[in-house]
Amino acid sequence: MNIDLQAREITPLRNTFAHVAKYIGDEKAASRYQEATIGAQPMTNFQYRPTWDPAHEIFDASRSKVQLADWYVLKDPRQFYYANWTMTRARQQDAVESNFQFVNQRGMVAMIPDAVREKTLEILLPLRHAAWGANMNNASIAAYGFGTAFTAPAMFHAMDNLGVAQYLTRLGLAMAEPEVLDVGKKAWLEAPEWQGLRRYVEDTLVVQDPFELFVAQNLALDGLLYPLIYGSFVDDHIALQGGTAVAMLTAFMPEWHDETARWIDAVAKAAAGESDANRQLIAQWTQHWSERAQAALSPVARLALGEHGEAALTEARDKLDARCRKAGVLA
Amino acid sequence: MSNVFIAFQDNEESRPVIEAIAADNTNAQVVHSPGMVKIDASGSLTIRRETIEEITGRPYDLQAIHVNLVTLSGHIDEDDDQLTLSWRH
Repeated sequence: MNIDLQAREITPLRNTFAHVAKYIGDEKAASRYQEATIGAQPMTNFQYRPTWDPAHEIFDASRSKVQLADWYVLKDPRQFYYANWTMTRARQQDAVESNFQFVNQRGMVAMIPDAVREKTLEILLPLRHAAWGANMNNASIAAYGFGTAFTAPAMFHAMDNLGVAQYLTRLGLAMAEPEVLDVGKKAWLEAPEWQGLRRYVEDTLVVQDPFELFVAQNLALDGLLYPLIYGSFVDDHIALQGGTAVAMLTAFMPEWHDETARWIDAVAKAAAGESDANRQLIAQWTQHWSERAQAALSPVARLALGEHGEAALTEARDKLDARCRKAGVLA
Repeated sequence: MSNVFIAFQDNEESRPVIEAIAADNTNAQVVHSPGMVKIDASGSLTIRRETIEEITGRPYDLQAIHVNLVTLSGHIDEDDDQLTLSWRH
């Protein structure tokens, strides 16, 4: 008997879901990001308005003053959806984990000069609370924002911020006794240098407009805080004075900041590009909140870097302004 | 001129690679067959990391193409940024 095996190609009749094809056409297969994002936002047929906010539907684009014909234009250039976001973070977690192991096994913390170690803890530990504020704010953007393309990455960003706070906690525990966390919290609550930043964080917690909150937290504050703290302070200052271990333990933060900045810039660019009204609104928020963030970080910069603090902060501000100009937010 | 080719498993991971090849090589012909995508090109064929990164929006390690690589023909000239197939020495 002779059996003839043949490969037969069966081409799919449709390349993707109809609601995705409406956006990208049916000619080619959609990426997982597109299929996981487009069309996921509930748009119509809501029942009752929420009792806690009868002026709006439960999902309502008018919670923000920014107006977009289609909120799916706020695409994430990293194309994160749940699966590839978790896989990316898991890889980064492995890298940080081995950094912690490396530092612990070789007793690298003991090699850090005492003054440098104390300075590190004095600056980094109160920032746990700022990272927690960022977590809350991004969760709020995810809850009250509109359009899955915008809100899903905001939720990822919220969890990333929680991760940052946890890394700072672990750093504290690796470098000192657990009491150091209480000392950090006390400084956050009472030390005069931190009150400006704390006020900023607490004021943003009650910002109602999700897009304004996005600008205030992710663009303005984090756009200054991460280059200042993890660039100028940890990498350029602490690491050079024998604190290489600190740079290893915080390796995730600058890497993460560079990655997420691309998302933040892309969102600002897409929203500002849609209309002049949007651009003016976002420019005004950006101006207002980056002025405030710079003023709030000024005493922290001085505490961290002494007389060079102001220069480092100005440098961070210049970088942020350049980002905003590139995104078409600032002229 | 002699042909070179490269074939990948047809899946989500190799799709941006195939798109990048099609974008960078105007002489490339993409042939879909069951479970596999074969790309023929006359002369030479280049895979560029940068193009893949533009499509995926994330950093890409060119070595990752080997996970889904089925077969290829041609001499390989490769570094961190590109992989070129051709019959030149």
